Amino acid sequence: MLGAYLPILLLVIVAVLFGLVSIVLSSLIGQKKPSPVKLAPYESGCTPVGTARERFSIKFYLIAMLFILFDIEAVFLYPWAILYKKLGVFGLVEMGTFIVILFVGYIYVWKKGALEWE
Amino acid sequence: MGIEILGLPMMYYIAMVAKVLVAFVFVLLTVAYATYAERKIIGHMQVRLGPMRTGWHGLLQPIADGVKLFFKEEIIPSQASTFAYLLAPLVALIPAFITFAVIPFGGVIEVAGYKIPLQIASYFDTAAGRVFDINVGVLYILAMSSLGVYGIVLAGWASNSKYSLLGGLRASAQMISYELSAGLAIVSVFMLSGTLSLNEIVAQQSAYNGFNWFAFKQPLAAIMFFICSLAEINRTPFDLPEAETELVSGFCTEYSSMKYAMFFMAEYANMVTVCALTTTLFLGGWNGPMAIAIPLLGPVYFVAKVYFLMFVCMWIRATLPRYRYDQLMHLGWKVLLPLSLLNIVATGIIGYFIN
Repeated sequence: MLGAYLPILLLVIVAVLFGLVSIVLSSLIGQKKPSPVKLAPYESGCTPVGTARERFSIKFYLIAMLFILFDIEAVFLYPWAILYKKLGVFGLVEMGTFIVILFVGYIYVWKKGALEWE
Repeated sequence: MGIEILGLPMMYYIAMVAKVLVAFVFVLLTVAYATYAERKIIGHMQVRLGPMRTGWHGLLQPIADGVKLFFKEEIIPSQASTFAYLLAPLVALIPAFITFAVIPFGGVIEVAGYKIPLQIASYFDTAAGRVFDINVGVLYILAMSSLGVYGIVLAGWASNSKYSLLGGLRASAQMISYELSAGLAIVSVFMLSGTLSLNEIVAQQSAYNGFNWFAFKQPLAAIMFFICSLAEINRTPFDLPEAETELVSGFCTEYSSMKYAMFFMAEYANMVTVCALTTTLFLGGWNGPMAIAIPLLGPVYFVAKVYFLMFVCMWIRATLPRYRYDQLMHLGWKVLLPLSLLNIVATGIIGYFIN
């Protein structure tokens, strides 16, 4: 088992080194002439107004919450899919019930308008 | 077998280092030349020539771009959160470059009497007489590709610029929405294969005529997975996070020099991985005529299939206009998600009657 995971560790080390070296090297050899205007946030040439750390639309939170709900469903589906052939009709009915319950929830979310984006 | 470290022979370590380095450099070169190929292909599709000046037909363009980006000025905006700002490109780049570790790109080759499977995270066990790879390979890929979201949302937030923040938010909402449909679309493949090990999934598709490919058994899943993958890696027609008419450059507006290039490389490396995963799951992986008899043909078939899919990505970019954000969310949540669930149910019922 170890034999299959060691190469991933090596690949992670190679990737981290590659990333660090390119950041450090480019910051060392690139020229640096900072000025207050250059370091200001870009706003199409206008003077920046206010801060970017404002509140933003609740829809992004809704999407994130729905994602977690349905992602957990996917997590439940994976082990079932692997054993699908062995479980036979029992597994099929069980998972069918699970999907139906989730689908009812999905229709509820849809009717409530959580999936609308205006 | 000579010296052993952690119960593994010396040849294992030599093969491991060789495989990792060769694959890493190969992906890096593919990423560099994918940018060139994209400019060239889209150029010709729009009756332009694309890059022509650097080298023969612009062949040295990626190298020139790379060198140029190294010498560019590094800008850290005064209002940015410096640590997160510097961390974000790394968080985007590293998962993109370690995802392909579990993808098999060939059969088993023999070097100096030691059998080496052409898949980074695997080894040949002489006692058991078979290849061992990670038995949750697909989960590893899904986990690593999800990590890429952190890099993008971190970049958008840390830059402290409005364009970056909006780009980062859009990107994260889009990526998690389509990740869901992509994850559900491939469940039907695992119902047929009964395993998450990519090595075995490829082995199950190893018929000479190609009709064992899961793309023929699960055509809907294949198309849905490819569409969702395009959205997950922010490619056209789903490139809203970088919609330059609205958001300048999206989450990487404030980035310059090599840090900008790292987001760029991450995007193209993700494209390589997604095409490789689609090849492995649906197009028979490295299988092809004579691929088992002549082991060196395996990687050739694999690379050919991956490059073809990458060409399709570029073709789509040259053909389709960009989605609007509400259309994008509509497609993801109201079309692809129920469709992938229905596909699972249909596969389950039909599969039951076939068995």
